[in-house]
Amino acid sequence: MRGTGNTRMTFQTFIFYFLSTVLVVAALGVITARNPIHAALLLVLAFFTSSGIWLLLQAEFLAIALVLVYVGAVMVLFLFVVMMLDINIAKLREGFWRYLPLGSVVALVLVVEMSMILMHRSGGFGDVPMPPSLPAGYSNTKELGLLIYTEYVYPFEIAAVILLVAIVAAIALTLRKRKLSKYMDPSAQIGIRRKDRVRIVTMASEDRQDTKESGKADGEGKSA
Amino acid sequence: MQYIDPLWPAYPEIFMLAMACVILLADLFVRDEHRGITYMLTQLSLAGCAVVIWMTAIYLNTGETMHTFSGMYVADMMSDVLKLITCFGVMSILVYARDYLAARGMFRGEFFALVLFAALGMMVMISANHLLTLYLGLELLSLSLYAMVALQRDSGTATEAAMKYFVLGALASGMLLYGMSMIYGATGSLEITRIASVIADDGAKNLVLVFGLVFLVAGIGFKLGAVPFHMWLPDVYHGAPTAVTLFIGSVPKLAAFAFVIRLLVQGLGTEEIQGHWQQMLAVMAVLSLIVGNITAIAQTNLKRMLAYSTISHMGFLLIGIVAGGLNGYASSMFYVVVYVLMNLGAFGMIMLLSRQGFEAENLEDFKGLNQRSPWYAFLMLLLMFSMAGVPPTVGFYAKFAVLQAIVEAGHVWLAVIAVVFSLIGAFYYLRIVKLIYFDEPADTAILAPRTDAGLLMSLNGIAVLAFGVFPQPLMTLCASSILASL
Repeated sequence: MRGTGNTRMTFQTFIFYFLSTVLVVAALGVITARNPIHAALLLVLAFFTSSGIWLLLQAEFLAIALVLVYVGAVMVLFLFVVMMLDINIAKLREGFWRYLPLGSVVALVLVVEMSMILMHRSGGFGDVPMPPSLPAGYSNTKELGLLIYTEYVYPFEIAAVILLVAIVAAIALTLRKRKLSKYMDPSAQIGIRRKDRVRIVTMASEDRQDTKESGKADGEGKSA
Repeated sequence: MQYIDPLWPAYPEIFMLAMACVILLADLFVRDEHRGITYMLTQLSLAGCAVVIWMTAIYLNTGETMHTFSGMYVADMMSDVLKLITCFGVMSILVYARDYLAARGMFRGEFFALVLFAALGMMVMISANHLLTLYLGLELLSLSLYAMVALQRDSGTATEAAMKYFVLGALASGMLLYGMSMIYGATGSLEITRIASVIADDGAKNLVLVFGLVFLVAGIGFKLGAVPFHMWLPDVYHGAPTAVTLFIGSVPKLAAFAFVIRLLVQGLGTEEIQGHWQQMLAVMAVLSLIVGNITAIAQTNLKRMLAYSTISHMGFLLIGIVAGGLNGYASSMFYVVVYVLMNLGAFGMIMLLSRQGFEAENLEDFKGLNQRSPWYAFLMLLLMFSMAGVPPTVGFYAKFAVLQAIVEAGHVWLAVIAVVFSLIGAFYYLRIVKLIYFDEPADTAILAPRTDAGLLMSLNGIAVLAFGVFPQPLMTLCASSILASL
């Protein structure tokens, strides 16, 4: 969007188009890759390039958060899940080629219509003013922090509640007690008493008959 | 940047959130056989919330529109009325659902916590004055609903329904967000009142604005379940446990109505933009009436049939909004309140008929209900008559008010279509009445609901009749709330 106002090709415009091309190709790859691992890795690439675009928009904090949170944590977790689950890829992709012609026609029409509107001479994005460029020492992390805890505290709290609901839902949907799992209950383990495990049997003493035999009998007595 | 906005307009939300957290924690200490304690606590917090809404509206806010949280939250008469109805609606849902949940192993603390969080989400939506809070409230509601649908996790149909709901809901949220980002790009603000003033100054020449509007309307269509964005509705209604279907099919429509009013009417309500979205909504309304009423005829499952009937009711709701003006919006609000009342009764009846291990969700299960329990048969008759729009039930008056508004607005053809398809739709409602009164029962067990559920059902059925005979108080309430928030 940065280059639409002026026709001059600046270095920034070049980077923007480069990143956007990589982003679109990666996003296409996510949905067309046959292997879910490849799809997940391409998604990582998509996140990475979109964080580059955010950097161009001078939103450093968001760009870094995207890399740290999504690439670093979410996608790694995602890869774990994909690797651990035994997904039948062939079955999953059964309808893909069948619906591809219709889907691509619809997508193409959408793209053409959208670009027709957005690239329109008047009323499109050409009319939207460029954001003012920011001074050198400007910290948008600090600005974001100030806004989140003052002006945006209400949506911030609601977002927190949404996360709480996500936790409740995830636990309610996945936690179940397995009857077959073999595990020790630690509190039962430390709560054990001597009388639960050891039984002392008092027996009348027997006469010694033979050293060898009595030793054997003793051993039996102990093991009993 | 001082933070001096008053907190008191948001007391109901704060109370609800606090109670939801308390119940979430308190439930840990309740044993399974005493789960009724959690149930009572949930009912008490909903009732308490209703009291808080009432007190804030009467004593703190004296009838004027209040903005707080830097203009992100709005408290006006419409929000108070809708929130009160939401609280009472959720309370009745829990009363109807109690036995049903207990018989199916869903009478658990998480269910109640999710119900309260969903109610909180609806309240946030109803009071939103900012696209961000509107969206977050919607997500809070939807996320709780997805989880509630999937809560019966050993049931294949419920899981499938939850998956469909989740995927399509996420798609709809994506569309809404995309549309909202376009609106932000065109107006430079996310605050609804400021968007309205920017558009009023600018003259709404911006194409980007209209472009975003298309996506917003599509997202709204998904959430309301209007044709052509209705595909998820029958499957979700059918697959979800009936208690959850009752929830999805009733109170969230109040929040959806508030969503439409806040976003389209208050935010994008200037004449030129209004013309754009009126056309889109009119197309959706006509399609909903046609598809909803005709497809419902072919259904043998009552829950599916009611899903299609919901689609057609949403058509009526949209017609009221297309009509515009005080009359149109007020009749729409009246319609949605009546719709909630009728759906509560109809799905509540399905749950009264269900027992352990038996779902009374097919039309045959209603055969000969009159011989089994004449009183409940009569209540079901009232509910079905009201849905079909037979006088003197309230459904007739609701449809009448919408039609009157649309004819006044000059769209006679919309009124004609609505009437024709309501007549077609009357067939499948009356078929249930026929099954109840003129067929032999397959099952002769007499209905024995809990006392509170039975009483509430009677109240619900009688309310449908009473509001039909005396619609004026409710209509006045709707009209004055719309008038206060326009």
